Amino acid sequence: MSRILKRLTTYGFVMLGALASIFPLYYMVVGSFQLRTDSAFSGLIPHPGNLGLANYRDINKAIPLLRALSNSAVFTLGTVVLTIVIGLPAGYALARLRFPGKATVSAGLILVLVLPFQVMMIPLYILVVRDYGLADSYLGMILPFAVNATAVLIFRQFFVSLPDELFDAAHIDGASELRTLILVAAPLTKPAIITASVITFIGPWNEFLWPFLITKKHDMQPLAVALGEYVSNNAAKAANPYGVILAGSCVLAVPVIALFLIAQRHFTSAAPGSGVKE
Amino acid sequence: MARTKRRGRRSTTIVGLYLVAPYAVYLAIVYAVPIIQGVRISLLDYVYAAPGASVSQPFIGLKNYREALSDPLLRRSFLNILEFLAINVPLTVALGLTLAAVLARLTRMKTFFRSAFFVPYVTASIAVIGVWYFLFSQSGLINHIWTPNPSWLVNSKLAMVVIALEVTWKQLGFYVLLYLAGVLLIPDSLYEAASIDGAGVVRQFRAITVPAVRNVTVLVTTLALIVGANVFTEPLLLTNGGGPNGASMSPALLIYQKGVEQGQPGVGAAMGILLTLFVLLVAGAGRAVQWAVQRSEDRAGERAGERAAERGGGTVEEVPA
Repeated sequence: MSRILKRLTTYGFVMLGALASIFPLYYMVVGSFQLRTDSAFSGLIPHPGNLGLANYRDINKAIPLLRALSNSAVFTLGTVVLTIVIGLPAGYALARLRFPGKATVSAGLILVLVLPFQVMMIPLYILVVRDYGLADSYLGMILPFAVNATAVLIFRQFFVSLPDELFDAAHIDGASELRTLILVAAPLTKPAIITASVITFIGPWNEFLWPFLITKKHDMQPLAVALGEYVSNNAAKAANPYGVILAGSCVLAVPVIALFLIAQRHFTSAAPGSGVKE
Repeated sequence: MARTKRRGRRSTTIVGLYLVAPYAVYLAIVYAVPIIQGVRISLLDYVYAAPGASVSQPFIGLKNYREALSDPLLRRSFLNILEFLAINVPLTVALGLTLAAVLARLTRMKTFFRSAFFVPYVTASIAVIGVWYFLFSQSGLINHIWTPNPSWLVNSKLAMVVIALEVTWKQLGFYVLLYLAGVLLIPDSLYEAASIDGAGVVRQFRAITVPAVRNVTVLVTTLALIVGANVFTEPLLLTNGGGPNGASMSPALLIYQKGVEQGQPGVGAAMGILLTLFVLLVAGAGRAVQWAVQRSEDRAGERAGERAAERGGGTVEEVPA
């Protein structure tokens, strides 16, 4: 009896937490389809008579969604590609090789993780916009995000966790470090690449502050920035302001949530060691 | 090229330098240069000039810092971070650890619950702000539950509270995962021994789980401080540019307003450096408090252990963290 009661309280407690966690997102989806804003209790359940795509049409009129989404995609994918191309070899070197300057780079990596962005905001703005002339450009957007420090850390931890025997075998066979990285280590890194890519993806896709600082041209703004500016400037003019904002929020949120849910089952299988026979 | 001997990680090789070089260059361009530049700008009367035009930017010592410190909004924004932390940290630690401890015990639907808690974390701030804006608006759902309507988002006492709750809700899933990793490392035998000694669930939680994840708690509070200090989008959009009279003004928003909107990059850069010092100070104070708490807990544990030893029985407090 007490065992069952304990079970029930346990599941009841996490269920309550999970509902509190998901509810605002459910409410976001429901609200985005409401033709007339219904913020009373009756609005919690979708009513067939009050549903439609008008809010999505309106947000698309205010912010050309295709353009904004492709800006977000270039910004985000550019960051993910650079993180893998630059971060993966760096993670490998930091994990398995000894070279001059290693301690400095390792310290820099950790420092970057805890550094508050505001200390960099003004100088980085001046550097990128004034000195490099990269305002309203993809490169300017990507630059501060280009190599995600958490991803480098993930790569490093992954290579540290690979068994030594794997590398010894390659070295005995006479493979150079570069060949070892390409032929032995890289093929095993798929789980680490997936995890690092998803984590890297979330940052720029959701980022507001930096692209907001450097994009003034509307046709260069990622969706998060365009939607943010819409919320602060134009929302009051719309017939159904909340519904339109929520429709934009859904378009922004759904790709990341979908990516996370799809990639999620790969996160747990990041255990290497399949390349070594005990 | 140096041929590696026996174990790859033991030998020095120049290849490592090639592999890490692009990342090192990146760190230098995107972090080292702006930080040095930031310190320099904070000491100059820096003026935005048209491209190509050269303007004199005289060295003015600490004048920017004096101007920053005499700005009442800067003090307000620092106090706002402290208010944010006073709400965010206890809630995050209590809910994050409890949920992680419970999640670790679940046998079914583990993936479902983990995803449910993590989904707000991966959702864009702007999207989350959209819903909270709707929920807390004058005619919003919250005001149908909570009467009288305190005008949440334009109330100078509540603007920061709503922001703190919103950010806590959004970030909680990430902290649950950090705690979960810590909780899963605690060996089951500790709990078994404790329950043989007659310790209930609550006592086990306090005597085993809480001390065992102390390091995670340190990490969580440090990260919460950094997140709190970086809050920008919420005060700008949820409470309309920092709330009434700067009630929800954040340092990041103030730096943006000073340095970019009002064209005073020197003052903005100085504020950035002052804020970093403030974060280090708060983090240091937090560590000192944690250290003191830990010491008194350890002492209490020792005393309890001694008393128990006199009685001739063991207690769960003796279990090392």
